[in-house]
Amino acid sequence: MAEAEAVPAVRELTYVRAINEAVRLVLAEQSTAFVAGEDVAGAGSVFGYYAGLLEEFGPERVFDTPISEEGIVGLGVGAAATGLRPVIDIMFMDFMGECMDEITNQMAKMRYMFGGAATLPITLLTMSGAGMNMAAQHSQSLEAWLCHLPGLKVVMPATPYDAKGLIIAAARDDNPVIVALNKMSLRFKGEVPEAAYEVPIGAANIVRRGENFTIVTYSRMVHEALQAAQELAELGVDAEIIDLRSLQPLDSETVLASVRKTHRAMVVHEAVRFGGLGGEIAAQIQEHAFDDLDAPVGRVGAPFSPVPFSPQLEKSYVPNAAKIVAEARRLLGA
Amino acid sequence: MTAQPDDATLLDIHERMTRIRIFETEAGKLMEDGKIPGALHLYVGQEAVAAGVMAHLSNADWITSTHRGHGHLIAKGGEFGRMFAELFGRSDGYCKGKGGSMHISNMELGMLGANGIVGAGPPIAVGAAFSCRFKQTRNVAVTFFGDGASNEGSFHEAANMAALYKLPIVFVCENNGYGEYTPQANHQAVVDVADRAPGYGMPGAVVDGMDAVAVYEAAGVALERARDGAGPTLLECKTYRFFDHVGVRGMGLSYRTDEELAEWQQRDPIVLFEQRLAELGVLDPGAALAVRDAVAAQVQAGIEFAEASPMPDPAVLLDDVYA
Ligand SMILES: Cc1ncc(C[n+]2csc(CCOP(=O)(O)OP(=O)(O)O)c2C)c(N)n1
Ligand SMILES: [Mg+2]
Repeated sequence: MAEAEAVPAVRELTYVRAINEAVRLVLAEQSTAFVAGEDVAGAGSVFGYYAGLLEEFGPERVFDTPISEEGIVGLGVGAAATGLRPVIDIMFMDFMGECMDEITNQMAKMRYMFGGAATLPITLLTMSGAGMNMAAQHSQSLEAWLCHLPGLKVVMPATPYDAKGLIIAAARDDNPVIVALNKMSLRFKGEVPEAAYEVPIGAANIVRRGENFTIVTYSRMVHEALQAAQELAELGVDAEIIDLRSLQPLDSETVLASVRKTHRAMVVHEAVRFGGLGGEIAAQIQEHAFDDLDAPVGRVGAPFSPVPFSPQLEKSYVPNAAKIVAEARRLLGA
Repeated sequence: MTAQPDDATLLDIHERMTRIRIFETEAGKLMEDGKIPGALHLYVGQEAVAAGVMAHLSNADWITSTHRGHGHLIAKGGEFGRMFAELFGRSDGYCKGKGGSMHISNMELGMLGANGIVGAGPPIAVGAAFSCRFKQTRNVAVTFFGDGASNEGSFHEAANMAALYKLPIVFVCENNGYGEYTPQANHQAVVDVADRAPGYGMPGAVVDGMDAVAVYEAAGVALERARDGAGPTLLECKTYRFFDHVGVRGMGLSYRTDEELAEWQQRDPIVLFEQRLAELGVLDPGAALAVRDAVAAQVQAGIEFAEASPMPDPAVLLDDVYA
């Protein structure tokens, strides 16, 4: 028995299975947790990540809602303020518009407005990202909207390991945490421990160590950056890649320490470049590490247009490894 | 009361329904063959609603549609070639390939777009109806939306405003019994969405959405009322989608029974309508077949047109973001 316990229980899981496992563990460990959203119970979500939870936890704790996003998030806010720990699902991040008042003016601010008297332990799961020809209203990355709201935490996992750990951390956190998942990552595989573990919210992860170029990124762009790093290596660039994982709070220290070492930096995200998180991060770097920089801080993001439907257009729209390499070359004057 | 449809109108409704059925069936096959990217929500089973309503409208009347929008555009006069081109993401598509199935639209035909956001149509239609009156026309707006969409706040706000301002608009709820995979009984406590109409201060009516004549007649009453300046109506059409929520077979979830589907298929709106036309001596089975063959040929020509259309040049990516 002792021998069996000594074997670390780690398996390969897909991103979608890791999400499922995290939510299952949350429901098991928190008697006041419940899952509410459109087609989360009977269908187990259109992405499949709540599969089996209705059967395991019953219809009081996993239930389908009407197509009423403002009502769904409002239900989460009211239930959280009065002692429950809701896990709320908004199927696509693009539907945030439907419930943005509940998020902006209620969820994010209630505690502060009440002088600290209210606590809102809400986990809001949603799905971001382009790449599947889902067109302008099912492909967006709107995290900048959310990171601009004091009172919210925002995380965007790139891997199955982080998806599970961040969801568990979010559910144990006494603040509202938005977990923006990525639809192109659902089938990605990675090692995931069986246990309930947390990935700390607010801690970035250095996914590749490098000496002379810092790439700050998150969500699916982490994988594009890793690919770009291989090409950059051929040009003599040894890129250090930081997966932020958490956007709010932001692990500025890890970013700055890296830039102080490499003297060059670029921020990469799938969201529209203008007004995206890249601007904030670039500003922080120049504020705190100006003298360490050998070049301006670069930014790679989507162009300033809605996400186009046509596959060819979408391909040229979404940032990728080639665009990261091109931006690095530009910054290096190479 | 509007008159019953005359023979020419009956034939017109039949052709609209047939056009939708064959287009959608072919689109479903193309999607399953991997030739149409993205998500495709097909209208098969619900044809009587679009055809029965649209038979009353001109290009100067506006409609808003849903994610399940091809049927509405076809009934409003959409051309197969340009529609397939849009579904394929080609430059000759109605939206130059930028919108795809979920955003297919055509301003000349008065079609304000399919929509990826459930419940987005009704408020936009309120604006279009306001515009019709502002310009002192007798034109109207019709907003199509599902049973699921009737639970969005946007629908309630639009219904209240339309009644308050007595706007020339008709709310057409296509109640197909499901919002995605959730049956109506699990998403709202009412059975008839039309029951809500008095709460907004407008008349409501329930219609058999598998019966194109019933839809035509009820829509006629509502549209006349709207054009006369007497305000909105909520028309609920009970219908059913024969295919899955997305595509033909969808994700393979078992959220409805084969028996239920078979029961509704017994009431196939096109079969019912063709029986009726045969009884009336308006269209015999041979003539109905000829209509189908002619439409099928047009659908094939449309696919060929779309396949020959070039993909958009990446240089157009930033075009049309602003006027
Ligand atoms: C605001 C918003 N919420 C959720 C969705 C996801 N969604 C797409 S279609 C659909 C079901 C709509 O049901 P209904 O209005 O009855 O139309 P039907 O599909 O039955 O034609 C849902 C939930 C969406 N597209 N937009
Ligand atoms: Mg429906």
